[in-house]
Amino acid sequence: MSTTAEAPAAPEAERETFSIGAALRRLGRGELGSVRVLIGIAVIWTIFQLANDRFLSAINLSNLTLQIAATATISIGVVLVLLLGEIDLSVGIVSGLAAAVMAVLSVQHGLAPELAIVAALVVGALIGCFQGLMVTAFGIPSFVVTLAGLLGWQGVLLWVLGDTGSINLPPSTITDLTGTFFDPVVGWVIAIAAIAAYAASLLLARRRRVAAELDPGPLASVALRIALVAAAIVAAVAILNADRGVPLAALIVVVLMVVFSFITERTRYGRHIFAVGGNAEAARRAGIRISRIRVSVFALASALAAAGGVLAASRLLSVNQQSGGSDLLLLAIAGPVVAGTSLFGGRGFVWSALLGAIVIGSISNGMDLLGLDSDVKFMITGAVLLGAVTIDAATRLRRQTATSG
Amino acid sequence: MSQSPGPVEASGAEPLAEPLLALKGYSKSFGAVDALKEVDLELRGGEVIGLVGDNGAGKSTLIKAIAGVQPADRGEAWSDGRRVRLGSPQEATSLGIATVYQDLALCENLDVVANLFLGQELGNGGPGVLDETAMERRSMELLGLLGVTTIRTVRTDVERLSGGQRQAVAIARSLLGEPRIVLLDEPTAALGVIQTRQILAMIKRLRERGLGVIVISHNLADVFAVADRVAVLRLGRTAGDFEVGSASQEEIVAAITGAEFGSDARPTEETPL
Repeated sequence: MSTTAEAPAAPEAERETFSIGAALRRLGRGELGSVRVLIGIAVIWTIFQLANDRFLSAINLSNLTLQIAATATISIGVVLVLLLGEIDLSVGIVSGLAAAVMAVLSVQHGLAPELAIVAALVVGALIGCFQGLMVTAFGIPSFVVTLAGLLGWQGVLLWVLGDTGSINLPPSTITDLTGTFFDPVVGWVIAIAAIAAYAASLLLARRRRVAAELDPGPLASVALRIALVAAAIVAAVAILNADRGVPLAALIVVVLMVVFSFITERTRYGRHIFAVGGNAEAARRAGIRISRIRVSVFALASALAAAGGVLAASRLLSVNQQSGGSDLLLLAIAGPVVAGTSLFGGRGFVWSALLGAIVIGSISNGMDLLGLDSDVKFMITGAVLLGAVTIDAATRLRRQTATSG
Repeated sequence: MSQSPGPVEASGAEPLAEPLLALKGYSKSFGAVDALKEVDLELRGGEVIGLVGDNGAGKSTLIKAIAGVQPADRGEAWSDGRRVRLGSPQEATSLGIATVYQDLALCENLDVVANLFLGQELGNGGPGVLDETAMERRSMELLGLLGVTTIRTVRTDVERLSGGQRQAVAIARSLLGEPRIVLLDEPTAALGVIQTRQILAMIKRLRERGLGVIVISHNLADVFAVADRVAVLRLGRTAGDFEVGSASQEEIVAAITGAEFGSDARPTEETPL
């Protein structure tokens, strides 16, 4: 599924010449965004490993996995909103508010942890519905609606937490979300199942094209994709097994990625999200109910933010007045943009949420290992974000000149 | 959705029957402005009508009225001898009327297949899951039907297509609903010579398939190249209805501008000497 970004670009004119040269040209044109990110991750990891040889240790990469789980989950929702050509500035604080609701219900009111988690997700979805309705019904820019949300939900968060301002989470299903590690054998079973499922999906799709007498594309490219994904999965499981095992949280994040990648790339609903983000008027004339698409995407984004908040609370074992605050919002938006989802709408892919979280998370984690001060950390993170957005804008400019020329 | 453009051929089989579309006394006003006044129009299967007129003559208003986007205030519409209503885009679509607007309404970030099927994607049985292979096959058929050879792969994003290719995609999309009538708003406006020729060839193919086509154009040469009849609008009224074979461009220009031959040459005092 990690190849979804290349999917629209793959049958380009030079499809028949599957070569490194062609791939490099496409890379230069801003396609193959995920490959660019993988190169970026390799560079970042090399730099930090040279600076501190504990960076690529199993325990640190395992910690990194847990650190980015919440951000990556929130970022999935951000990707959906960005695909629409909108923005949601409230995802950070909504994640904190949903976690607070969960904590209050389960700790102070004795609700079953599972139900408290569901309640958090429902609160998120309702907030998203409300914001989406404000955007569609009154035509207010989503920037403004969610900026108001950023402030307003912060207030609700403080109110929900009450006088104590902080709630600790005792061991429960909630803390198990990030505290559970699979046995190494189970990890390998998951890895093999995932590789088999990915290979089967690619090969089945190819066979359908052959049966329909459509150009199936070179078998080598399918083989290469399977090999790359298999290598990534095997490496990840091997590293995680060398520490505490594959964390449940990682599995949750990957499953969410697969599910939402499928929704955006393979379903009518996902196609309509892209259409609204590309040309809302064209989508409307094609009979797509764009208000419904918009409201539902905002609801999904806030629900995913809530899920991210639950994971963050689970890892930190508490919810407090700072939950969902600080730089979480900016990192959750920066991640997908760094990894190739456009701020200008209509272009992007769900896996950019994970790839971007790895980039941002690695930088943050590496700087912590080096013991850098917050002033330096903020400046470097800001520079990375600005660089990524510049690449996005430059790619867009180049695309426009390519069209008019 | 059937796989063959059946209804298209069916309508071609009865060329002498009632008109596919007949408008009588179509009128539309915006406030005090009469955008359309008592316009009559008849369109038969296998016929291309060129709709011409100066800016503000009511061409686009008429197209929008037929497409149901901006329904007429007064007037009757008949199809196959039956009285019909064109009160909404849905009613127009159900009568087999498809419209290609000048702005084409394509999503540049999506490929040709996705644009062709936008809003009417084919599913493969799962909950809302797309059947990409079926859509891709059908897309190639549609483009083949129109003789489009310049689009090398239907998986190209529309942002990479030229103006003529985009127009071709928009026309192909209008055929997806198997219409009997296609309305084209300035299909050749922004195109070069070769691309214009390709689009005109495409329009002829629509006629060969028995469709009724109404083409708005500013370019009389294009209209003469492709139309069977020319309907002229002037200030919202029908100012002439010409058979292309028996009319000259001068007559049509005269109808567009409202100038009778010679009669409008009344000297005025302001005329400098």
